Amino acid sequence: MNTEIFSNIGLTHYLVLAALLFVTGMAGVLLRRNVIVLLMSIELMLNSVNLTFVAFSKFLGILDGHIMVFFVMTIAAAEAAVGLALAVSIFKRFNEVNIRFFEHLKG
Amino acid sequence: MILSSIVFLPLLFALIVAVWPKSNTIRHLALGLSVIEFLLSLALFQQFDPNSAGLQMVEKFMWIERFGIQYFMGIDGISLWLVLLTTFLTPIIILASWASISERVKGFHVALFVLQTAMLGTFLAMDAVFFYVFWELSLVPMYFMVGIWGGSRRIYATVKFFIYTMAGSVLMLVAIIYMMYLTQEATGQMSASLLDFYKLQIPFVGGTFFSLQTLLFFAFALAFAIKVPVFPLHTWLPDAHVEAPTPGSVILAGVMLKMGTYGFMRWVIPLFPEASEYWAWLFMLIGTVGIIYGALVAMVQPDVKKLVAYSSVSHMGYILLGLFAFNAYGMAGGLYQMLNHGISTGALFILIGMIYERTHSREISKYGGLAGVLPIFTIFFFIITLSSIAVPLTNGFVGEFLILLGTFKAEPVFAYFAISGVVLGAVYMLWMFKRVFFGEQGELVKDEHHPLHDLNAREIAVLVPMVIMVFWMGLFPNHFLNYSKASIDYLVNNRSNYNLTIVEPGATTVQQAQGDN
Amino acid sequence: MNHSLLMALLILSPFVGFLINGFRYKKHSANLAGVIATTAIAISFISAILLVIDVVAMPSEARKIAVTFFEWMAVDKFKINAGFVVDQISSIMILVITGVGTLIHLFSIGYMHHDKGAAKYFAYLNLFIFNMLLLVLGDSLLVMFVGWEGVGLCSYLLIGFWFTDKEKAAAGMKAFITNRVGDAAFLLGMFVLFMTFGTLNFSELNALAPTVAEASWLGAVTLGTLFLFIGATGKSAQIPLYVWLPDAMAGPTPVSALIHAATMVTAGVYMIVRLNPLFIMAPNTMMVIAIIGAATAVFAATIGMTQWDIKKVLAYSTVSQLGYMFLACGVGAFGAAMFHLMTHAFFKALMFLGSGSVIHAMHEEQDIRKMGGLKKYLPITHVTFLLGWLAIIGVPPFAGFFSKDEILAYAFNSPLGSPVLWVCGALGATLTAFYMTRLMALTFWGKSRVPSHVHPHESPALMTIPLIVLAVLSVVGGWIGIPHVIGEHLGHIPNVWEHWLHPVISPIPGWQAIDATTEWTLMGVSVGLATISAVVAYQFYVKSPETPKKIAESIKPVYNFVYNKYFVDEAYFGAIINPLVNLSRSTWYYVDVNFIDKMTYWAGDLMRGMGSMVRSTQTGNMQQYAMYIGIGVVVALSFVIMR
Repeated sequence: MNTEIFSNIGLTHYLVLAALLFVTGMAGVLLRRNVIVLLMSIELMLNSVNLTFVAFSKFLGILDGHIMVFFVMTIAAAEAAVGLALAVSIFKRFNEVNIRFFEHLKG
Repeated sequence: MILSSIVFLPLLFALIVAVWPKSNTIRHLALGLSVIEFLLSLALFQQFDPNSAGLQMVEKFMWIERFGIQYFMGIDGISLWLVLLTTFLTPIIILASWASISERVKGFHVALFVLQTAMLGTFLAMDAVFFYVFWELSLVPMYFMVGIWGGSRRIYATVKFFIYTMAGSVLMLVAIIYMMYLTQEATGQMSASLLDFYKLQIPFVGGTFFSLQTLLFFAFALAFAIKVPVFPLHTWLPDAHVEAPTPGSVILAGVMLKMGTYGFMRWVIPLFPEASEYWAWLFMLIGTVGIIYGALVAMVQPDVKKLVAYSSVSHMGYILLGLFAFNAYGMAGGLYQMLNHGISTGALFILIGMIYERTHSREISKYGGLAGVLPIFTIFFFIITLSSIAVPLTNGFVGEFLILLGTFKAEPVFAYFAISGVVLGAVYMLWMFKRVFFGEQGELVKDEHHPLHDLNAREIAVLVPMVIMVFWMGLFPNHFLNYSKASIDYLVNNRSNYNLTIVEPGATTVQQAQGDN
Repeated sequence: MNHSLLMALLILSPFVGFLINGFRYKKHSANLAGVIATTAIAISFISAILLVIDVVAMPSEARKIAVTFFEWMAVDKFKINAGFVVDQISSIMILVITGVGTLIHLFSIGYMHHDKGAAKYFAYLNLFIFNMLLLVLGDSLLVMFVGWEGVGLCSYLLIGFWFTDKEKAAAGMKAFITNRVGDAAFLLGMFVLFMTFGTLNFSELNALAPTVAEASWLGAVTLGTLFLFIGATGKSAQIPLYVWLPDAMAGPTPVSALIHAATMVTAGVYMIVRLNPLFIMAPNTMMVIAIIGAATAVFAATIGMTQWDIKKVLAYSTVSQLGYMFLACGVGAFGAAMFHLMTHAFFKALMFLGSGSVIHAMHEEQDIRKMGGLKKYLPITHVTFLLGWLAIIGVPPFAGFFSKDEILAYAFNSPLGSPVLWVCGALGATLTAFYMTRLMALTFWGKSRVPSHVHPHESPALMTIPLIVLAVLSVVGGWIGIPHVIGEHLGHIPNVWEHWLHPVISPIPGWQAIDATTEWTLMGVSVGLATISAVVAYQFYVKSPETPKKIAESIKPVYNFVYNKYFVDEAYFGAIINPLVNLSRSTWYYVDVNFIDKMTYWAGDLMRGMGSMVRSTQTGNMQQYAMYIGIGVVVALSFVIMR
């Protein structure tokens, strides 16, 4: 049995994992209704991108990817903070976390 | 600098009115400012050389260099009178709206001054993009004027007015941009100057619609035709007039419609000489149809203002007919009729506004016997009616006669049909006059609780200048035509290679000085 | 005196009178207003006399005073001056207009005494004289047209003078619009002539005319003159545009005398005489004019026989007499046309003023069935009216005899005339004698049918003096144009009229002098017929008033047809006016509101429909949008990769 595919982990593995994570996250964003879950799914997608950046950075030997990841992480944190704050305040006001409910907020 | 000051001074006035602290003197202020503007425009005569067909008092600076768009203004015999018409009507409009505009007085006068800038700019701009800016700018204050101070269906009317006009001008914008590309192809440097446009030789193929000059011609012509408005595109006009407040109607009929006919004279005919000649029959046809159609429809209107609005369609048909006759009579008559229509129809709207302020109705059937109750009003209305139906010695006759003479020279068939407008015009105006002023007193007239008062001094002051102009222009048309003669002759004779020269300021004085030596 | 000053005085003095009275429009005093207006016209009259004296003093070939005040309009080759001319033709007209005008103004002071709008009335009357003077003095067709429209306007104002009455206002409007139809044709005539000759100036047109004789129907000269003639039928109330004149009687009676008998309605005749060298070059036009004139003369006379309104009878009589003038023009007897124009102005103005005096005396009663036997109440009016009657039915030696006789002689003898035209003319004269005698008989003679509460009284001197002056003129007015056949028996009285007009009247091509026997015969026949007819009418309406009723009864359908004026008004309403109004209504409704606007809405709806199609994708569901983004990314990426 050729175990090279398990022991000798290359770029492809990272990319496949990142893609899987991204699809999972995206499915969560598109299909789930709970705002909290939605935000978590977005984190998942962002992190899959981070993973891609880091993987490329490692295998190409350029540090740009690492720098980019820091940016993304900062933004993700900010976004999560704002998003959660909104979610919490809406929950407090309407006792509701369903995303469909948010459509009726205008006007 | 005189042209720039004439165009942009109203904008400054608008600003002054906007920040004026005392609300009870805004009307006085606006009236004074507009009179200053009128006096300033009279100063044009001092510098204007009536013997030159060229562009005078030119101001020209590069505005957007990359596209060759210039700040370019000039005046000639064609635009001179339209500028004066605009500045002449504005103080009259302000005085006429003294009592009828009671809400948002400040806003109204700001809109009026902005509109004045836009109209003057349209008549004086000699750069396509610059012109287009003013052309579109004029829509905005008019939109508010009808939309805020208008009647009950004002929103419908404004939207209709706006969309109609926009639909036309969008095509014009496309044509302007295309022509700018053509200048680049021809000279290597893109330019939006009208003078460079004149130099273009746009290929024309007769018979096919989809040839370059024909398409550009129709793009421009449609925009102007909607503004005029000519026959099948006229339905925005009655609605806009009926819903507009009196000053809005006056300025719409008096000046804004002239922007369309002016466009034909300044843009369409000299820019696309072959196409205009080829399609002249079409425009003469719709002009003739417009004359008869407008008159027929005006005849059966129950609303006085709508009647006058349709009469505008008829009168504007004459102008179109005259312009496309392509001879000096038709052109001079067309230009003269623009001024006539501005004065007589403007005055009619003012008069209708005055009676509307008293009775709050424009329904013809509710009037009757007004002549016995309001004699001064009746006299003024009658004089303006005479001007509108072109009785000799009033201004209307000169214009109508020259147009029909020119049409007869160019295409007798159209003259034979258009002449019926002479009869129909008398029919609808006099029939209306009979129903409103003669006969037994109608329900609005004999209302004992609200006896009608005849015109007061302010209202007479509004009308007297109009009446003076009616007879002045009827008795001494040469005083007016002489200023336009050179430009019109040049346009008629050099249509196919039209090219305005820029007359340098002081050039004539130099020549005179040489002559003295 | 300076000619241009005199000319200015002649033309502008009525205008100044108009302005003064116009600004005094609220004043009620008829006396002051009347004095102002009459003075204005009198000044005009004096200036006219002075000018005509100067014209007479000139050598006969060069009798002309031309004054140009300023250039009115100049575009390209089209140049029109505000120029005025007094020559042989216009000097007659200015004397008639200002002279008769002064008399009628005087009469009006008495007639309008009780009217509250006297100042306004006199203002209009002065304005009318001003415009009429423009019309006759203008040296070009366009200046004439100014007056031409101007008199129509004044006619409109004066017919509708009592505007609170709907019928009267409508009559004014009818007059103006019918005239406008003619005016439109007049404009076309001017266009044709300008395009052909390059000028509208009378003397230039007349000088160019002899070069252009043409026989075709569609030639420029024929077409131009025909259009001008259509214009004349409007102003001078000929078939088919005569319908406004009888209705115009709604105005005050002196107005009917001035405008609708003596002056304005003769403008068409004047215009043709003015351009006679041109008209004579278009034989087809001349034929049309002669036929229309003869037809109108007979047609209107038949209607006149059946009317009961004193002014309507006179109105139809005017139409008929104008027909004579056109008949004269049509056969080339331009001098005779002018002659009849002048004598007609005298006797018809007299009869209208006389009828005004009667109406005044009868307290606004116009129905002759309620008159009769007024002879003893209104002696002066009766005598003057009698003289007018004798003049109009053509009894020698009253004015009407000479002018009518000359027209008939020309109609018979001219190469452009024919015996048929003469028969029409003679028939018209016979009918005229009948209805005029009928009018005399029913108004002044026979038994009184005046209602008991009315007490007729003779009018004041202010009104009778003009009557007397006009009566004298109606008697002697014809003596300046006595034909040679009569003149040579009376000690060689010269035909002053013919000599005066000779230089400006074109000879009829192929004219041969009429021999004396024929002329005597024609004269005898027409006078004889008129006399018989007058006697018959006298028998009918004075001796046995039952006979006409019986006759009318026995031919009831014909009588009703004529009595209702051949239903021409109804036909015009049915065939032209109502269809036009209906057409307008349906145009507005179907084309404007239901077609063009619907198209606009339809275009708008199309846009809206397209919008709503795309709109279904815009749900506001965030996750759906995210899905679109996802799909979009996948599609875009796969496009990049696959390529």
